[in-house]
Amino acid sequence: MSDSVQAKQTKSVAFRGGGFSPIHIKWVGLSVFVTLILVLEAGTRSGFISNLTMPRPSDVGWTFVELWTSGLLWKHVLPSVSRLLVGATLGASLGIGVGILIGLFSYIRAGLVPLISAIFPVPKIALLPLFVIWFGIDETSKYALIAFGTFTPTVVSTFGAVDNVDRSLIRMGQSFSLSWFSIVTKIVLPGAMPGILSGLRVSLAIAIILLVAAEMLGAEYGIGAYILQAGSLYDLERLFAGVVILSVMGVTVSAVIGFFEKRLLGWRS
Amino acid sequence: MDLRLENIGHSYGDMEVMQGMDLEIPAGKIVCIVGPSGCGKSTLLRLIGGLEQPTTGRVLQIGEPPVESLNPLTFVFQDFALLPWRTVEGNISLVLEDHGIRGKQADAIISGVLARTKLTEFRKALPKQLSGGMKQRVAISRALAVNPAVMLMDEPLSALDSQTRELLMDDLVSLWTREPFTAVYVTHNLHEAVRLGHFIVVLSRRPGRIREVVAVDKPLAERELGDVDLEQTQKYLWNLMREEALAADKELINV
Repeated sequence: MSDSVQAKQTKSVAFRGGGFSPIHIKWVGLSVFVTLILVLEAGTRSGFISNLTMPRPSDVGWTFVELWTSGLLWKHVLPSVSRLLVGATLGASLGIGVGILIGLFSYIRAGLVPLISAIFPVPKIALLPLFVIWFGIDETSKYALIAFGTFTPTVVSTFGAVDNVDRSLIRMGQSFSLSWFSIVTKIVLPGAMPGILSGLRVSLAIAIILLVAAEMLGAEYGIGAYILQAGSLYDLERLFAGVVILSVMGVTVSAVIGFFEKRLLGWRS
Repeated sequence: MDLRLENIGHSYGDMEVMQGMDLEIPAGKIVCIVGPSGCGKSTLLRLIGGLEQPTTGRVLQIGEPPVESLNPLTFVFQDFALLPWRTVEGNISLVLEDHGIRGKQADAIISGVLARTKLTEFRKALPKQLSGGMKQRVAISRALAVNPAVMLMDEPLSALDSQTRELLMDDLVSLWTREPFTAVYVTHNLHEAVRLGHFIVVLSRRPGRIREVVAVDKPLAERELGDVDLEQTQKYLWNLMREEALAADKELINV
C-alpha cells in the first residue's frame, strides 16, 4: 500500500475555500482618497489635466484655509448644520412614527401606503416654490423641504423593518399573554431597530442633498448658498471646497449612525 | 387542571388538516404526540394553547389552574424564541414584567428557575453566546418562571444534536421527578416519546386523527437509554406509524 502511494505522484490538496467573506481592513479607504488627490495634484501641476476641467487640490485647500481664517466657514456651516438637524430630526421622527403605525395597523397601512408610494418619487426640490408659498422664504420652508424629503424614505424603511420582525418572537409574546403594548415596545421595536437604522443612513443622505437644494433659494449663508454662488461664477476651487464640506457632513452622519448601531445592536451575531 | 379536547377539527381553506380529535390530558402527566410529518401535530398544540382557533370542536380546561400560575398554558418552542437583544435574565424577566413582578421578587424567581435548569452562571449572557442546548434550557426556565399549569412543548429538542438531546431529556426527567408538571409534548422522534411520555398519542397522516393512545407505565426516572421494554414500545409505535409515514412521504411527492 505504502509502496504504491510512494510510487504515485503526491501533492497537497489545493485550498479553494477563500473569499466571499468581507473583513475589516484599516487605512485602505483613506489611502484611496490620498492617492486620488495626489494624482489630481500631479496631473494639474504637470498640465496633463487642464485647470479649467479640474481645480488643483492644493488650491481647494487654500480656499478652505481662507474660509477658515475669514471666519466665513462657520458662518456657512452653522446655519446649514442647524437646518439639517431640525429638518432631518422632524422628518425622520415623523417617518419612524408613521412607519411603525403602518407596520402595526392594517387600516393605516391600506390607507397610507398608496399615498406614500405616490409621494415618494416626486422630486421634493420641485416642490420648493410651494413650500415657500406655504411657509415663507425664511427658515421654515427649508426645514419643511428637508423634513418632507427625509420623511418618505424613512416611512418605507421603517414599515419594512417592522414587517421583518421575527413572527415567532411575537407568537412567543402572545403565548405568554404579554399585553399588546409590551409586545410592541419590547419585541417589535427592538426587532425593527436594525432596519430602521440602516434606513436612516439612506434618508439622512437624502436630507443632505435636499439641504443644498433648500439653500439655493433665499439663503444668504449656508453651504448650498456658497456652492451656488461659486457655481454661478465658475469658481471651481470654491465649488469643490463646498463639496468637500458636504462630503464631510455625509461621513459624519454615517459615523453617528455607526456609533448607534454599535451601541444598540451589539446583540446581533 | 386537566385539559380535554372535544371533537377538534381544523382546516386551512379547503384542506382539512385534522378531524374528530378527542383527548384527555390529565394533570401531572406528560402526553407525547407523535405522527408523520404534516399530520398537524404542531397545529394541534397551537389549538390547545389558544394561538389558533379550531374550525370545529373545543378545548376545555377542567378545574381552575393553581393561583400561583401566572400563565397556565405555556409554550416551549422548537426555535427557542428568545429575544436576542435581552440577556438570559432579561428574557425571563420579560414574561414577569407584565404581571408587575419586578425587582427583588423577580430576582428571586429568576434565580430559582436558573438554578433548576443549571444556568445560574449564564445569567448575564446574551443568546448569541449560548449553544443550542443552553438556549433551550433558557426557554424552559422562562416557561417555568410563570408556573405553568400545562407546558406545551413543540418539538423542543428537534433543533439540537443527539448528545445535547440526551442531556436535556435527562434534565427534563429530573425536573419532572422533583416536581411533576403537566405537559403536551409534540415530537417526531419516537425515542423522545418513549423516554418522556406517560401517554403517547399516535396521529394518522393528514387529515390527522388519533390512531392509538399508548400508555407507558414505567416511571420516568427508571427509564434509561437502551431499555428493552422501551425499545419494544418504540418498535410498536414505529410499526403503527410506518405505513402512514411512507404514505405521507409519497403524498408530498404527488403535491
